[in-house]
Amino acid sequence: MIRIIINRIGQGIITLFVLVTLTFFLVRAMPGSPYTGEKAIPAHALKRMKEYTGLDKPVMVQYITYLKNLVFHQDLGDLIKKDGVKVSEIIEESFPVSLALGVLSIGIALIIGIPAGVIAAVRKNTGADFACLAAAMVGICLPSFVIGPLLAVTAGLGLKSLNVAGWASPSDWILPAFTLGIINAAYLARLARGGMLDVLSQDYIRTARAKGAPPSRIVIRHALRGGLIPAVAFVGPAFAGMISGSFVIETIFQIPGMGQHFVNAATDREFFLIQGLVLFYGFLIVGANLLADLAQIALNPRLRKA
Amino acid sequence: MEKGSSLWKDAWHRLAHNRAAVVSLFVLALILLLCFIGPLMPFVKSPTVINLANSSAAPSNAHWFGTDQLGRDLFSRVLYGGQVSLLVGIVATAVAVVIGVIYGAIAGYAGGKTDDILMRFVDILFALPFLVLVILFSLVVDNPASAFTEWVIKTTGFDRDRVAPITTLIPLFIAIGAIGWLTIARIVRAQVIAVKKQEFVEAAVSLGLSQPRILFRHILPNVIGPIIIYTTLAVPGIMLLESVLSFLGLGVKPPNSSWGILIKEGADRMEISWLMLFFPSLFFASTLFALNFLGDGLRDALDPKSAKD
Repeated sequence: MIRIIINRIGQGIITLFVLVTLTFFLVRAMPGSPYTGEKAIPAHALKRMKEYTGLDKPVMVQYITYLKNLVFHQDLGDLIKKDGVKVSEIIEESFPVSLALGVLSIGIALIIGIPAGVIAAVRKNTGADFACLAAAMVGICLPSFVIGPLLAVTAGLGLKSLNVAGWASPSDWILPAFTLGIINAAYLARLARGGMLDVLSQDYIRTARAKGAPPSRIVIRHALRGGLIPAVAFVGPAFAGMISGSFVIETIFQIPGMGQHFVNAATDREFFLIQGLVLFYGFLIVGANLLADLAQIALNPRLRKA
Repeated sequence: MEKGSSLWKDAWHRLAHNRAAVVSLFVLALILLLCFIGPLMPFVKSPTVINLANSSAAPSNAHWFGTDQLGRDLFSRVLYGGQVSLLVGIVATAVAVVIGVIYGAIAGYAGGKTDDILMRFVDILFALPFLVLVILFSLVVDNPASAFTEWVIKTTGFDRDRVAPITTLIPLFIAIGAIGWLTIARIVRAQVIAVKKQEFVEAAVSLGLSQPRILFRHILPNVIGPIIIYTTLAVPGIMLLESVLSFLGLGVKPPNSSWGILIKEGADRMEISWLMLFFPSLFFASTLFALNFLGDGLRDALDPKSAKD
């Protein structure tokens, strides 16, 4: 058990190292530089600015410096265009927003998706099953930027108390979290249904039925634990999906989270901000995958020996 | 010969009896015909002619889906946008599948240390933030792609309007393809490992056939089923990805359009006219629906053992 965890953490560190390296060189390979803007900068000023940020040095030297600062000082660097603003400050400021959105929408996805999938599996090939499957398919096929505005119009304008844009009060959180949650609920429902069907056809369930256990007890006590494994395995990657999904949601609902910063940084060529945000994303994903693995091991004793 | 074809015959038989899959096939054929043959018809208007006097018009005989905010014919914009979305979905998936199949097949066939190293690399890439890398990657290949556009225009002498909509998509193809091959590599590897232990492979080895020949002529044809299933299910995912990128202004860029861009424009103007959101969304969602149902149907048809869900 402990060996598995140490193994996973080691792999996570390698993953992050690859990510940092890949991002660093991708960012340097992009056309354009942070200094290309509407106003042309005089050559001598440009030279001074590059010296100041260290961008005048050879790429390998920059890379080593970046890694050194990262490992020894936990320093992600400063913004290039805004003097004195640290990348870590931007992350500190926008992460709580993205986290609140992510946690809320995962919660909504679990509350809607898991029961829907379980009910669909228990009532296989009935109206309830088909309704769940059809609803899930709509959630999978409609892009979030269609679901978002539709929800905003139907709910936001109907219930006047909900704001369709901004992030000032908790009631602003409802619509974006629902949009993101519904999409993931659709995937979760399909996985939960598949997993439950798998388990419900197994011998030990038949045995439970044969000894006369009530159906609800069979589902809750015997089947649920094994049937939810695929859905749980999805939550880790889903967290990564939440992050990418939040790019769109944050744009639609004008939420000041990390996604907006990333999209702007990519178009503005804010090198250090791109690198810092990508590393942070990677860190979150590695952590989420680790937790998902542990949850799977807790649900499935057979994995403990491997 | 009769026995050899019976697997596919059986599969086709099962697919033909799956109502959802058959309907999906028809819907897909219809959409493909509309998008790729439709624009050649004389009654389909130009998607680029601007007529501000007739902007945001309701559907009429002249404009079947109405017009957009600049008075352009929405029907024809949806068809042309569909060409781009479908092209990205098909080509980018093809790139990803080719890379993934070769990589996974080699890892599975080689086994041992090679397999360990190759698949550990896939594990690492799998944990990276996918969308983030696609965005960075597409920005990196942006410049070479526009240089390529100029080169094509110069050497072939084609009209810019005909070349640019396709060549500007190359960054997307490459970026999505370069990062989207991981899942298929895992699937193919697992299948190859299962197949390579069977007798007919042993027979091929004892006949003294070369390793690549055994792998590509004898083993791979036997794992084609899962590859087809995965490909069908991957296209909608990649089309969705294209739409997200375009929505963020990082994929297909105006004046070129795709369903993603049309949906974004529609969503921006929802209060003025919901039709601009409705028609592109209808086409987009129908395509994704059909592809998903077809993929599920193919899975049931080609792999009856897994026909549980």
